[in-house]
Amino acid sequence: MSSVSATAAFRGIVRRDLRLAARRKSEPLFTLGFFVLVASLFPLGVGPEPELLRRIAPGVLWVAALLASMLALGRMLSADYEDGTLEQTVLAPVPLQLTVCAKVLAHWLLSGLPLVLVSPLLALQYGLPADVIAHLALSLLIGTPALSLIGAIAASLTLGVRGAGVLIALLVLPLYVPTLVFGAGAVDAVLAGLSPSGNLSLLGAVLILTLLFAPPAAAAAIRISLE
Amino acid sequence: MLDATDLECVRGTRRLFKGVSFRLVPGECLFVQGPNGSGKTSLLRILSGLARPERGEVRWDGQAIGSIGPEYHALLAYCGHANALKEDLTPVENLQAAAALDGRPSTLEAVREALDAFGAGAFHVLPVRALSQGQKRRVALARLRLCARRLWLLDEPLAALDASAQTTFAAMVDRHLAGAGIAVLTSHQPVGLRAPTRTLSLS
Repeated sequence: MSSVSATAAFRGIVRRDLRLAARRKSEPLFTLGFFVLVASLFPLGVGPEPELLRRIAPGVLWVAALLASMLALGRMLSADYEDGTLEQTVLAPVPLQLTVCAKVLAHWLLSGLPLVLVSPLLALQYGLPADVIAHLALSLLIGTPALSLIGAIAASLTLGVRGAGVLIALLVLPLYVPTLVFGAGAVDAVLAGLSPSGNLSLLGAVLILTLLFAPPAAAAAIRISLE
Repeated sequence: MLDATDLECVRGTRRLFKGVSFRLVPGECLFVQGPNGSGKTSLLRILSGLARPERGEVRWDGQAIGSIGPEYHALLAYCGHANALKEDLTPVENLQAAAALDGRPSTLEAVREALDAFGAGAFHVLPVRALSQGQKRRVALARLRLCARRLWLLDEPLAALDASAQTTFAAMVDRHLAGAGIAVLTSHQPVGLRAPTRTLSLS
C-alpha cells in the first residue's frame, strides 16, 4: 500500500472548494457585496461630516467585515454534511483536524481575503489617510483568518440543526469580540498618531490561539454531529 | 479480519438490535438483511466507526477500531446512502477530489478507467447535477475501484442501479472477495454474487 500523503489531502480539499466556488460564483460575491454595501450605507446614514466619518471608520469597517465573513459560515460545512462528503472526510486516513484546516483556508480565501483586498477602496470614502488604510488592511489580514477559524467551531456545532444561520450568529458574534477590539483598536491607534504594534501583537496572539484550539474543537464537533 | 462482538444499538428510546456478533475473514462477504428501520444503516455506521455502539466492540485484526483510527480508515471504504458527490463538479473532478482526500492523488487515466469500468465514462464531462440517480450511484461506486481498500461497507449499493450495472457491481464485489477483500453490504434485492455469502438478519 502506497503511503498516505496528508499534504495531498489538504491540497485536494482546498482545490475542490475553490473549484466549487468558481462554478458557483454567487456565494463569494454575496459576501463581498454585503461588505461593500454595509460599509457604504454608513456615510449615507451618518451624514457627510469628514471628521466624524474618519472617527467611526475603523469600527464601522471592522464590524462590516466581521458580519460579512459570518454570512458565509452557514455553507462552510453544511453543504458537505448534506451530500455525504463530510462522512467521507471523517473516514479519510488523514487527521480530521488537518482537513478542518483545509476547509477553513478555502473559506478564508473565498470570504476573508476579498474583504482585505477591497477594504482600502472602502476606506477611501471615509477619507482615511494612506498609512491608516495600510494598517486597516494589515489588521484585516491578520484578523479575518481568526474569524474563519472561530466560525468553523460554530459551523460544526450547528451541523444538522434547523435554522442554523441565526444560531451561528448568536454563537459566533460574542467570540468575535476580541478580534474586533484589537483589530479596530490598531487602526484607531494609527488614526490618533499612536503606535498600533500593541494591538497588532494581540491580534496576532488571537490568531495563534484560534489556530491551536479551533481545529480540534471543530473536529470533535463534526464527529459528534455525524454520530 | 473483522470482528464484531455483542453489538447493541439504541436510537433514541428504541433498541434497534442487540447481541449482534460475527467474524469475517478475508474473502468473506456478509449480507445484512432486515425490514426498513431495523438498523442496517446503523450497523454499517458502527462498523465504520462513524457511530459508537451502545454496547459491544468492533475489532480489526484483534485491535479495537477506535484505537487504530487512521490505520483502520486507510483500509476501509464506506459507501453510504448519500453519494458524497459534489453536484457542481463533473464525475472526473469528483473522483479526483475523493482520491486526493485519501492522500493518494490519482492520474486522470486511472479516474477515467474506473468510470469506464462502471459504464460511467460516457457522461464524464457533465456536472453531476445533470445525471440521473442511477448514474450518480455508478460514479459513487466507481470510487471503490479507484481507491483500493480491503474492507468494503456498502449501504444499499444497488439502489437505483439498472440490471447491467448490477451485474457489473456483482462482478466487482466477486473480484474484491477473490483478492482477499472483505465486504459487508445491505440490500433489499438479491445481489447475485458468485462467491458464497453469509447472511445476517436484523428483525
